[in-house]
Amino acid sequence: MTAQSGARRKWLDRYGSRLVQVAFVAAILLLWHLATTRWGVNKILLPSPLSVWQQFVDVIRKGEFLADLQITLMELAVAFVVATVSGTVVGYVISRSPYLIKVFEPLFAGIYSIPIILFLPLYVLFFGLGPASKIALGITMSFFPVVLSTIAGFGNVDRVLVTAAKSMGASDWQLFRHVLVPAALPVVLSGLRMGFTIALLSIIGSETIASLAGLGHRIVNLAENMDMARMFAYIVFVIIIAVFLNTAVSALDARGKRQR
Amino acid sequence: MTQAATNTAISVRNVSHSFGEADEARHVKALLDTSLDVTRGELLCLIGPSGCGKSTLLNVMGGLIAPTTGTVMVGDKPVHGPMPNDIAFIFQENALFPWSTIHENMILGMSFQGVPKAERADRAQRALEAVGLDEFAGHYPSQLSGGMRQRAALARALSLETNILLMDEPFGALDEQTRMVLGEDLSVLLSRSKKTIVFVTHSLGEAVFLADRVAVFSARPGTIKEIITVDEPHPRKSAFMTSARFHQQRDQLYDLLHDEIRKSMAQSGKPKRAYEDQSSRAGPAA
Repeated sequence: MTAQSGARRKWLDRYGSRLVQVAFVAAILLLWHLATTRWGVNKILLPSPLSVWQQFVDVIRKGEFLADLQITLMELAVAFVVATVSGTVVGYVISRSPYLIKVFEPLFAGIYSIPIILFLPLYVLFFGLGPASKIALGITMSFFPVVLSTIAGFGNVDRVLVTAAKSMGASDWQLFRHVLVPAALPVVLSGLRMGFTIALLSIIGSETIASLAGLGHRIVNLAENMDMARMFAYIVFVIIIAVFLNTAVSALDARGKRQR
Repeated sequence: MTQAATNTAISVRNVSHSFGEADEARHVKALLDTSLDVTRGELLCLIGPSGCGKSTLLNVMGGLIAPTTGTVMVGDKPVHGPMPNDIAFIFQENALFPWSTIHENMILGMSFQGVPKAERADRAQRALEAVGLDEFAGHYPSQLSGGMRQRAALARALSLETNILLMDEPFGALDEQTRMVLGEDLSVLLSRSKKTIVFVTHSLGEAVFLADRVAVFSARPGTIKEIITVDEPHPRKSAFMTSARFHQQRDQLYDLLHDEIRKSMAQSGKPKRAYEDQSSRAGPAA
């Protein structure tokens, strides 16, 4: 009896919170279903979950999403790579000098806190309605978390570790490769993860505002044509892509932080 | 070369050191015109009030700090920077790389020093056995107690096979009992290895128990006030710690120190203090 309840507790400990999460999502779906079937919410504004599911299956089966997905992922990849490379290089250079840290850290932190999305109209004027303006916005927004965390990571390496490595004869390269990088890595990785999330948000967001293609563009287009069920199907699709990408990035992040 | 010179492992001549520029508000004279010869194979303790410059002197000896004036020679080589082939350091704080196992820490240290790859694993094993940690080679530093971490740091220094060890309050962060045991172990190691050791400490008992000679510092700007000799062969046993001679020498040290400690405490009422410690901590990595 006690052994059995012990086993049950263990099972609950492990899966209990997952269970609640699943129940939460199920409850929302149920409310949604009831709203459309029983409570008379206008079907033009809120299609039923079932019709959304049918549209979703149709979108996947026809492979219609491919062109838009490609555009959005390309924008995301370019923006993230450029922000990562520029953010880590600039951050590392700044972290080498207390003076540069004093000048640039507050400046970047300040810029990071303003809503850069406000510059989107300007970016569209500069770079046009195509992917270039989305990429530029994604770079601008994700550069700051990357550069700030790189400054923090490389700027706060425990001094005694550096002194110890130097006393053992470490060359500049060895110091960088075997002391500074592993010491800074966890903080830098957190910044990269944040930068990735922000790039994804800003790119899909800006596609919904002014664009010619991409998943955000498709969603707005369907909304404007009042094709609500299909629009919701695309939203579900974007959510799945976002969850997948964020899970992958978090897994890489966790892997880099292992072994402490 | 004279006989005296060949017997000298480290020779310090008229070393003075200040932190900060002379016109800065935070300018601190840490060391004043200090000269000292460390004899080959001895354990020399540096003791003195906080902020007296004893750690600064140790860092100057090891080439981690370039003194404002004066010279340091290791054997017949002048010291201008770290000398990994002659000198290994052990620090007060945990200076093991936390992302590497104890074994990896030692391999990394040897790769910095330039030990051929084929020799590294053997040397690591021997050094870990010497400090009794061979079973913990695969552990990360965070999985070990403070005392074991300092043993591991000692093993890493030993694996470099330098003739000189510079130890900056290596047991300073440990509790009294762990400190005593590690002190005994160090004494045994010393009797076997004939290394030259310079050891900075705050503890009078530790100084008398470990040292062949104890250099007593004055308050800042520090210089060596007097050197006393502790004539007891290594390895020293715990019985030495309870002997009348031990207590007499400890009292003698205390007499030499306590005026300086008072002076130092009066100084530390001012905002600028203990700058010698900051040299190894403040600011981002260079």
